[in-house]
Amino acid sequence: MIRILFLFLLIISPFKVSALIEVDITRGNLNPLPIAVSPLSIDENSRKNFEKIIKKKNIGLDISAVVENNLKKSGLFNPLNKDAFLQAPDIANLKPRFEDWNLIKAQALITGKVNFVNDKLRVEFRLWDVLAGKEMMALAFTTVPNNWRRVGHIITDKVYERLTGEKGYFDTRIIYVSEEGPKTRRIKKLAIMDQDGANNKFLTLGNELVLTPRFNPTSQMVTYLSYFRNLPRVYLLDIETGTQEVVGDFPGMTFAPRFSPDGKKIIMSFAKDGNSDIFTMDLENRVVEKITNHPSIDTSPSYSPDGKFISFNSDRSGYQQIYVMKSDGSNVKRISFGRGLYGTPVWSPRGDLIAFTKLHKGKFYIGVMRTDGSGERLLTENFYQEAPSWSPNGRVLIFYRETKTNDKGEGFSAKLWSIDLTGYNERLVDTPTDASDPSWSSLLSN
Amino acid sequence: MNRSLLISSVLHIFLIMITAISLPFLAKKPVDLPPIVSVELIQITEKTNIPFAPKAKKTIEKIKEKEKKLVSEQAPPKKIKKIKPDSVPMPDDKVKKVEKIKEDKQNPEKIDNEVKQVSEFEKKELFDPNNIAALIDKSKVESAETVNKTDKVTQDQKKNVENKGLSLSEEDALKAQIFGCWSIPLGLPYNEDLLVRIKLELNPDGTVSQSEILDHARMNKPGQGFYKVLAESALRAVKLCQPLRVPTTGYERWKELQLNFDAREMLEG
Repeated sequence: MIRILFLFLLIISPFKVSALIEVDITRGNLNPLPIAVSPLSIDENSRKNFEKIIKKKNIGLDISAVVENNLKKSGLFNPLNKDAFLQAPDIANLKPRFEDWNLIKAQALITGKVNFVNDKLRVEFRLWDVLAGKEMMALAFTTVPNNWRRVGHIITDKVYERLTGEKGYFDTRIIYVSEEGPKTRRIKKLAIMDQDGANNKFLTLGNELVLTPRFNPTSQMVTYLSYFRNLPRVYLLDIETGTQEVVGDFPGMTFAPRFSPDGKKIIMSFAKDGNSDIFTMDLENRVVEKITNHPSIDTSPSYSPDGKFISFNSDRSGYQQIYVMKSDGSNVKRISFGRGLYGTPVWSPRGDLIAFTKLHKGKFYIGVMRTDGSGERLLTENFYQEAPSWSPNGRVLIFYRETKTNDKGEGFSAKLWSIDLTGYNERLVDTPTDASDPSWSSLLSN
Repeated sequence: MNRSLLISSVLHIFLIMITAISLPFLAKKPVDLPPIVSVELIQITEKTNIPFAPKAKKTIEKIKEKEKKLVSEQAPPKKIKKIKPDSVPMPDDKVKKVEKIKEDKQNPEKIDNEVKQVSEFEKKELFDPNNIAALIDKSKVESAETVNKTDKVTQDQKKNVENKGLSLSEEDALKAQIFGCWSIPLGLPYNEDLLVRIKLELNPDGTVSQSEILDHARMNKPGQGFYKVLAESALRAVKLCQPLRVPTTGYERWKELQLNFDAREMLEG
């Protein structure tokens, strides 16, 4: 049989048609994509109406500025200077002259228009592929005029997803601990803002010490720790309704409550009988279950997005390192083996990486590693920084960084910073006060 | 007697065995072979296809022409064999063919097979300053013809050419150009099978006359959003890179190209 096959191949081989030349392209550039964000056009009547309601002279320009700012901060796009645009916004929205946009080296173009319809804001936008000369996407949104910033964020999410392939993270909020006053007498309040720093609000008055707020991955619910009469209490706060409830009082040191991926449980560590272990609490029946049972200090638990595994840090090896176990507490494995101390592991929403804080030779690092501990990458180094929190698409980390004080104890500040997985796009996140312990929400439009 | 014979033969056999074992040339030591080094023979084009800067190109052409002139000054008159117009050049004649073309370029008169090459001394006698313009014009026409001739491919050549891919230098030049044009969508997962194959039909100047995504059915399938994003970015890269840095000769060889875009290496970091 093999001989026959061989003979057959031998016979047909002379008739083989010449092969097409193939060239493998395995590398490209990581430069930000040049994109033109044309101001959204607006008719005179709509412009006057919006000016009356929300005191904005040109809401079309403002929405496009939100989009442009988001794209620029992502580090993946390079919004081109509006002064270079050759085509007027109203004409560009109908049919762009691609030659003009090509001339200024734009590879993608965003156009759109804003209308005042039945006391509401109606926004249409289109994304164009300048090089291919075709429309890539067209969508329209209708909302109350005060929601105009969110429209800008949603447009950015759609554009980002269409051009990068992954979901955006712009229509999101960040909850954090606002800090004011001298270092020894800090007033700490719970605060929330849009991911770009706009719409900042304080959620608590600052009478009690608040720590480690964490968003529920499935809703706009927050869990946080607060000291009431010097006793740690875990709270649940619904951002949308403003309702707050106490989950429970926990004796001794309690740390970092965090939601399970389905939002039905809280996982945290607290000290019982002098030993810190990891516990879960079912939010429906308030049943507490002990997950680890080890004489060492186990803290900072974080679920994998599928809920099957938990990462945490423990000093069971003699030094603080990161461990991963099944969600029932079995099969504990150490995954960090580098020099220094590892802490605050947080599982990426994509499930492929774990972010952590590392202390080595007196410096703090924010880094990522694969879930088996391989491929450790340190993204940023500083005097003091910790508490990384993932953007919902698993591409950007937000954390806080403290500055060194001088001999008189002056010059201390704590600020929020963000960095993407490349490690190059590090940015200060604007907050009205000092800030720490940030947590990124899931997409609001989900 | 028998006994002594037996003892003698046993002793002899013993001696022979001892000798056989102890003699060095009989001992078969394993030959100490050096490790095998595999050598891959790669065909490299006679010249690189990376285009010269316009100024440099002109300078090089001038130098070449000077060299050619020097050669013709020193070269003794040659007898030129008649070239049968119907003859099909064999692959082995390739080198000779190039020489002939060069000669044609230098001495346009040689196109006439019956005219012998004349030395520079003889040329001086024939030199007429009034005909300079005519000579220049003629040489231009002739050189253009020669170029056309070199571009024409005989049947044998065509077979050779079709079986050849791009040489390393040609492929590297093309790759380097596209690397610069391709903005990789960084949000793509690195652990998925995301290979975009694009078939291009090219014009002789390297511009793209037609591009086709070979797995285009995958573009509109649900759950293939990543593939679509990658395919679009690859098409953008091709359009941005136009005209492609293709070899200056052998259009038949590369008029159809397939580019395989694979971002996994970059995305894995």
